[in-house]
Amino acid sequence: MSEREVLELLRENARYATSDIARMTDLEEREVEAAIEELEAAGVVRGYQAVVDWDELEDERVRAEVELNVRLDRETGYGDIAERLARFPEVKALRLVSGDYDFDMEVEGDSIREVSQFISEKVAPVPEITQTVTHYVMTSYKENGIELGDGDEDDRLSFSP
Amino acid sequence: MTIELSDRVKAVPPSGIRRFFEIAEERDEVISLGVGEPDFSTPWAARDAAIASLERGKTSYTANRGTRELREAIADYAADRFELDYDPGEEIIVTAGASEAVDLAFRAFVDPGDTVAIAQPSYISYEPGVIFAGGEVLSVPTREEDEFRLTVDALEAAGADEADLLVLCYPNNPTGAIMREEDLEPIAAFAREHDLTVLSDEIYAELTYDGEHASIATLEGMRERTIVFNGFSKAHAMTGLRLGYALGPAGAIAAMNKIHQYTMLSAPTTAQHAALEALESCENDVREMVDQYDRRRRFVLSRFREIGMDVFEAKGAFYCFPEVPDGWTAEEFAEGVLREQGVAAVPGDVFGAGGEEHLRISYATGLEDLREALARIEAFVEERA
Repeated sequence: MSEREVLELLRENARYATSDIARMTDLEEREVEAAIEELEAAGVVRGYQAVVDWDELEDERVRAEVELNVRLDRETGYGDIAERLARFPEVKALRLVSGDYDFDMEVEGDSIREVSQFISEKVAPVPEITQTVTHYVMTSYKENGIELGDGDEDDRLSFSP
Repeated sequence: MTIELSDRVKAVPPSGIRRFFEIAEERDEVISLGVGEPDFSTPWAARDAAIASLERGKTSYTANRGTRELREAIADYAADRFELDYDPGEEIIVTAGASEAVDLAFRAFVDPGDTVAIAQPSYISYEPGVIFAGGEVLSVPTREEDEFRLTVDALEAAGADEADLLVLCYPNNPTGAIMREEDLEPIAAFAREHDLTVLSDEIYAELTYDGEHASIATLEGMRERTIVFNGFSKAHAMTGLRLGYALGPAGAIAAMNKIHQYTMLSAPTTAQHAALEALESCENDVREMVDQYDRRRRFVLSRFREIGMDVFEAKGAFYCFPEVPDGWTAEEFAEGVLREQGVAAVPGDVFGAGGEEHLRISYATGLEDLREALARIEAFVEERA
């Protein structure tokens, strides 16, 4: 039903007016509002953010993907380490992943120096962390399902049969 | 000296949308709701298959009727999706777009002086196609009161009992109307009673938003007198690849193939490889596109109602068909909104009888553009209220 459809539309564009979502889903506007409120209250929708193409801005913004390996002990679980790391404002995303390393962490800063310092001074010293591998993002082509850079021009004819 | 043109070519006037196209070309930032093609790209799997076929050098002609694999895939698809059972050996022909298939049918079944009844408004190429084949067009207008469905009353009123062929296009371009099985039954009975061959263009079949598409060829006694057209342009977003097909009785398809083999030889080979992949693995892409169109459809219908323009509840294709406000002709309104607001829409009379006083609005355009275009149409209407 509609809850999922509303969610999909919010994911497509969180700034769609509730009236537009109502039109697209054949719901009443107040039903859409109620559905959104419910999704927010239930913690399904955790927030709304802009998808930014930093390359379009003059300001430098540096991002890195960091692979982290950890060693657990009897008292410390993944959740404990994650909780500690997630508190840093520089950490934009943190995921426990399967494969060659344990955590996948996205870090943002104003310069390479700032990001490097953060990783060497704040992250690496965490006792359970055994290894960090930092990949600086050079170009981003797609974020949150939205393609960045120059979009394809619509080269269809303005009229066709 | 000048080259003397054939009477058939001279009999067909230039396309009614050409003038609008020229106006649109002069303006910057036109939002076009005038396009009859998807804004989505061909699914990657289909594109990959086309590229792979080129890399392997598969660039020769194929069998006239299309590759055996593709015809088999089409047969399976038509049976699974629309209960249309056809033999890939003799009852299917692959063509350069459904348009070519329609043209082949006119040339194969129409003799000079034959009458072809066309349920209108409908796709603009049927009428010229009939004239190029030497036939005469009998326009059968459908009306908004009937939800733009064809009725036996309309057929009788137009004198279609004397016709030789009947052309249907449902889901319909430009109205978005659909015909359910119960709507098709009386039409089928009429066709049987008056011995009409039916050409059923079902290119928008996948784009049916309320229930399942019904094909007239599945009704009793209709398979032997119907040719069904379909293709990959709309649901699979493959307009430029030019690939369509026709399903029909072996003798009729053989006749169409006779013309096809002397003119086209075979449909584009690269496109046939793309189409095979599209049928085999792009079902989810199609579903996603259909979902998007459905949302846009609801949005556009609702906005037109809010603007205060009467709009028919379109349930198929990717068009809706609002009525222009009182005091306007479709052409005046379309020209005004294009010149003053930079929104391109097609006046309904281009699509034949029954289309007057309407606009064809294509929602094969992103929602942001649709919202802006509708706001501009609203401004245009309000300035004159």
